[in-house]
Amino acid sequence: MHAESLPAGKAAALKAFEGMAAEPGVPKPDPILVVDNVVRRFGGLTAVNVNHVEIQRGSITALIGPNGAGKTTFFNQLTGFDTADEGQWTFNGRNMNGVSAYKVARQGMVRTFQLTKALSKLTVIENMRLGAQSQKGENFFRGLIPGLWRGQEDEITAKAEDLLQRFKLDAKRDDFAGSLSGGQRKLLEMARALMGDPQLVMLDEPMAGVNPALTQSLLGHVKNLRELGMSVLFVEHDMDMVRDISDWVIVMAQGEVIAEGPPDSVMSDERVVDAYLGAHHDAPLSAEEEERQLHEAEAELDKESTE
Amino acid sequence: MDWTLIFSRAVEAGIGSEAIIYALAAIGLNVQFGYTGLLNFGQAGFLAIGAYAIAVTVATFGLPFFLGVGIGLLLAVLMALLLGIPTLRLRADYLAIVTIAAAEIVRLVVRSVALSDTFGGTDGLQAFSGAFYDLNPYPPGEYGIPPIIGFDNRSMWVLTVGWALVAIASFILFMAMKSPWGRVLKAIREDEDAVRSLGKNVFSYKMQALVIGGVIGSLGGFIFALSRSAVQPDLFSTDLTFYAYTVLILGGAARILGPIVGSMLFWLLLIFIGTGMEEAVNSGAITFITVNQVGAIRLMLVGLGLMLLLIYRPQGIFGDKREISIDAR
Repeated sequence: MHAESLPAGKAAALKAFEGMAAEPGVPKPDPILVVDNVVRRFGGLTAVNVNHVEIQRGSITALIGPNGAGKTTFFNQLTGFDTADEGQWTFNGRNMNGVSAYKVARQGMVRTFQLTKALSKLTVIENMRLGAQSQKGENFFRGLIPGLWRGQEDEITAKAEDLLQRFKLDAKRDDFAGSLSGGQRKLLEMARALMGDPQLVMLDEPMAGVNPALTQSLLGHVKNLRELGMSVLFVEHDMDMVRDISDWVIVMAQGEVIAEGPPDSVMSDERVVDAYLGAHHDAPLSAEEEERQLHEAEAELDKESTE
Repeated sequence: MDWTLIFSRAVEAGIGSEAIIYALAAIGLNVQFGYTGLLNFGQAGFLAIGAYAIAVTVATFGLPFFLGVGIGLLLAVLMALLLGIPTLRLRADYLAIVTIAAAEIVRLVVRSVALSDTFGGTDGLQAFSGAFYDLNPYPPGEYGIPPIIGFDNRSMWVLTVGWALVAIASFILFMAMKSPWGRVLKAIREDEDAVRSLGKNVFSYKMQALVIGGVIGSLGGFIFALSRSAVQPDLFSTDLTFYAYTVLILGGAARILGPIVGSMLFWLLLIFIGTGMEEAVNSGAITFITVNQVGAIRLMLVGLGLMLLLIYRPQGIFGDKREISIDAR
């Protein structure tokens, strides 16, 4: 792949990460989100214990880890859907701990959910309109006088139709969201999140339950967010997807950030392998290692037979 | 059998003060349960507050009637806030538990012996509706379409004010539910976390729904008190709330006309069946039950009808089949 063929956003993100140390908590040149000492306990279990992590602005950062690593819990802390027991984090330099979920969203940090939350008894276009911020008619008294919000509603609708077209949902405009397929709901949820012009889009397992035919289109949309100047942080299990679209990968295990690095190299990091397979695994790490173990075993056998 | 009497009673009930009271109670529930998904099982408490506010202000303290109306509305708002602040952040069923208890608290307070000087104990209060009937523009006489409908001038005044309140409340809700405000409510009914993630203050919207529904319920309480010129605490037991839910589901939740038509139909059918059976027993057409048993059998038939309705038409009369079928998927 040639450097000049990369889209501008991707190139900029890669440049930012160039030569960065692949260490947990490494400082980034222009972080949009900085997290310090976030702890969340459920009884005796420490679900999240993140010392320090920074998310680079304008990049796509993946958050991976084995099941139960605390990724979704960490997501919930950051977006105000759950309260952290300790710690603080800043978004665009503003302190966000203890800020309620709706205020987090208003500040430009919008999330989606692992189990898609399309509002199924609302039509697709109503779902989209709901994503818009500061619609005046969302006040009860102003809502009673259509003249006060009609104009704004028309603008919102135009914007929504534009987004629906981009996400190829325009044919479904007036259908109930409940009639969409799983993948289309994911698309709708993402499109709806964009109605609020977020700066940081947080996607919780965007590929879960999506039919493979839609995966490519969804990937394209995520990449496009970066080109539009947004930052993306996503949780994902599908490693092919992580390798394909992310600029930087953060690995969590047992509530802690254990490694960070570029997608190509982070998966061979010893700590990551340990986390996924267990520290005392017997499986060979690479072809050379496998060969070496084989030689050792053969040598031992030879020794025994000569004795 | 006197069919004229049966039809006359049924039609009068369908447009009478009962229909108004239950329509208002159900309109309030419609805002809370139908549109927002809040399970308020204490609507009877809001009606009690409305009714007793007028009665106590006028009969006990001798203050002006309209001050009582104002106090009733204010207390309904306060009651909604009091219930909502601790419970609306919790799961929906907590609100159901707290509201049913709160309504019972209101009833038990107003019927208590210790406070009977203020609230009149189990006998309730009378003689507070003079100022209301002084405003009656209808001269004494019989009104209606003989031989089916006939109301005296006092009933006419209650019906006029009552149906006007129903119309005003419904019109306001019609405008509100069409607006982006209504859209947020409907979205909260579906999934409040999704709405929160889109930057809406879910708590505030749920509180608004609780307050608006409670205030509309208290309007029903005003009509309840004025139509009878008396209040008794046991009229505001939990039955009232469950009848109001019945009315709402019969008409179709989350529809503007649902509670109105539901209430009219509910009372029409209830009285039609009741009077019909009484007449049949009296004329000897039905011999295996006595007149005293009619009341209980009538309620059984209503229950049966409701079960059939929920099984075969759960969306009620005006509901949208599509909205239901998506959930059942």
